[in-house]
Amino acid sequence: MSDKVLLDYGSGGRASQRLVSGLFLEHLGNEELDRLNDAAVFTLSGRTAMSTDSFTVDPIFFPGGDIGSLAVHGTVNDVAMMGAIPRYITCGYIIEEGLPMDDLERIVASMGEACRHAGVHVVSGDTKVVPRGAVDKIFINTTGVGEVIADPEPGGDRARPGDAVLISGTIGDHGLTVLGTREGLDFEAKVESDSAALNHLLVRLVQELPDVHVLRDPTRGGLATTLNEITVSSNVCCELVEDDLPVRPEVRGGCSLLGLDPLYLANEGKFICVVPEADAEKALAIMRADPLGTDARRIGTMTDANPGKVVLVTRLGGKRLLGMLEGEQLPRIC
Amino acid sequence: MSFDILDRFGDPQLCRNVLDTLARELDGELRFMEVCGTHTVSIFQSGLRSLLPEGIVHLSGPGCPVCVTHESEVNAFLDLAGKDGVILTTFGDLMRVPGDNGRNLKKAQADGARVRVVYSPFDTLKLARENPDDLVVFIGVGFETTAPTIAGTMKMARQEGIRNLRILCFHKTVPTALDALLSDQDIALDGFILPGHVSAVIGVEPYRFIPQTFGKSAVVAGFEPLDILEALLRMVEWRKRGEARVDNTYTRIVSEHGNSRAMDVMYEVFEPCDALWRGLGLIPGSGLEIRDGWVEFDAKREFDIVIEEGPALPGCKCGEILKGVKRPDQCPLFGKACTPANPVGPCMVSTEGSCAAYYKYKVD
Repeated sequence: MSDKVLLDYGSGGRASQRLVSGLFLEHLGNEELDRLNDAAVFTLSGRTAMSTDSFTVDPIFFPGGDIGSLAVHGTVNDVAMMGAIPRYITCGYIIEEGLPMDDLERIVASMGEACRHAGVHVVSGDTKVVPRGAVDKIFINTTGVGEVIADPEPGGDRARPGDAVLISGTIGDHGLTVLGTREGLDFEAKVESDSAALNHLLVRLVQELPDVHVLRDPTRGGLATTLNEITVSSNVCCELVEDDLPVRPEVRGGCSLLGLDPLYLANEGKFICVVPEADAEKALAIMRADPLGTDARRIGTMTDANPGKVVLVTRLGGKRLLGMLEGEQLPRIC
Repeated sequence: MSFDILDRFGDPQLCRNVLDTLARELDGELRFMEVCGTHTVSIFQSGLRSLLPEGIVHLSGPGCPVCVTHESEVNAFLDLAGKDGVILTTFGDLMRVPGDNGRNLKKAQADGARVRVVYSPFDTLKLARENPDDLVVFIGVGFETTAPTIAGTMKMARQEGIRNLRILCFHKTVPTALDALLSDQDIALDGFILPGHVSAVIGVEPYRFIPQTFGKSAVVAGFEPLDILEALLRMVEWRKRGEARVDNTYTRIVSEHGNSRAMDVMYEVFEPCDALWRGLGLIPGSGLEIRDGWVEFDAKREFDIVIEEGPALPGCKCGEILKGVKRPDQCPLFGKACTPANPVGPCMVSTEGSCAAYYKYKVD
């Protein structure tokens, strides 16, 4: 193959076949995908969760991950947040002509590794190569399906006053890492994306605690925006305790420098968990027993005080609103 | 500076102690204005506003650079966006600032204007190098905090022979604005919390006129809750003793005479000029313009940009809010026609604007 992705590779002809068999099947292959039929055939039992997401991250490689693994983690996590075991995913690649073949291979290999780790199979895929400038290097779409094991499944509308609000770990790591790498900012302390597949931890959680009310991953818009979505859907108030919000000092420092708020930065390996008060300690114990949840902690409580709002109790004991993110966070002047 | 040290300035117990002392010592209403937008946000974000004794009246001043950017200046940079051969660069704050007819840089960008958000004015040098056939125009908005780095960028551009960089200079200086505010009979103030970042550059000396001419107190303060509380306590104590003073509690960053190197660079490139402030009008000597010796960088002269007073936006009370005459929630547009999603005035769009802080953080 050429050392760069050429338009030929998206032609559907021999070059496309070489790309598929020499690269995609090499890293993503399995019994179903290897058949190269027009559609995948598989068996799912019971209720099924399905989710799709498109990944357009810039830069495509960042400390702690890359667009390939992110495309798996994002979709696997979305399916798992419904109390489901993710089984299969599809992936659609839109590649800019001229992308170095080595970069593509790194991405596909990383995707394969992420799939093996998450225990999902890629059963269908598609590749398009578009002229230079039509996309920014590479876009990936993934769709995932999985079997729902939680009954009833967690949902953003199921939070109730009195519920405990938990987070599986530190916040803002992914958002600050991507932003810092994109802008070429050299932070003194190392920051790294938290991109990870959370499905194994989530499955254990819903198996051992059948009455988990809400599971949600605070990706774009961050913790604050996601909690606002939940409080609006459930018509409850989320009262967060500032002192209990886990933010790494290096993330706090980087955010302070740029005028950003870690509460609004994306996370790709964390989840919010809302459970009845009685289950809070058990949920935390399950989370902390997993390497992806060692920093799990309780961050607040659902109340009926200000329905639809997220209120932060500051370190000083004052209260302030924590609204939804309006547009994107932008660095300030001074 | 380590964040462990900063944490001590937000220590809840220490803050509670100072709050108690403040309540005990307060001998009547103290109307204070924090000049700087970062203080505004800190007062709200820390929850301090809801904890201050009732007698402490908090007013937000004209210290958010976005908020005081005049309508005419906003329209000037919006007019530049989309011009052939121009790449406009800016800090992120200005992207959503509304101009006339609902225009803003975000929309201009969507319409094809080449607008780039930069983190430092030095980033514009790289853009200028990479785009030799275009003019890279940086929107120079801000106070003494940002002006020196922009001056440094111009010096570096000259050293490197970069000829396609321009600065649209709308810089303003803080002490002159405070003088104008204190001279306004409508404004009832007891004291200022002075801006930490600006003061790191200019020092404490330029504020001496505040007690000397106007008999008011002022404190240069850091941005942590304890910094702000200490500043308030000092002003209360001085008043009890019948004194009006200026002091610096932010000594970990700010020295008496400021940063002379930064000042030298700034005044090598810029000189004082009259400036229009949004809501405050024309303040003589309160702006910075590019000196004749640096004219090749001056976007105002290159594009014949004239900044002039125009009709104010109907209903928008940004002016009175910036002067501390009205609270944001006393503006008839607040939270109705004017929200962060659809801002009418810059006080609502800027992350450091007082209207945005009220809207975003105030629980009831």
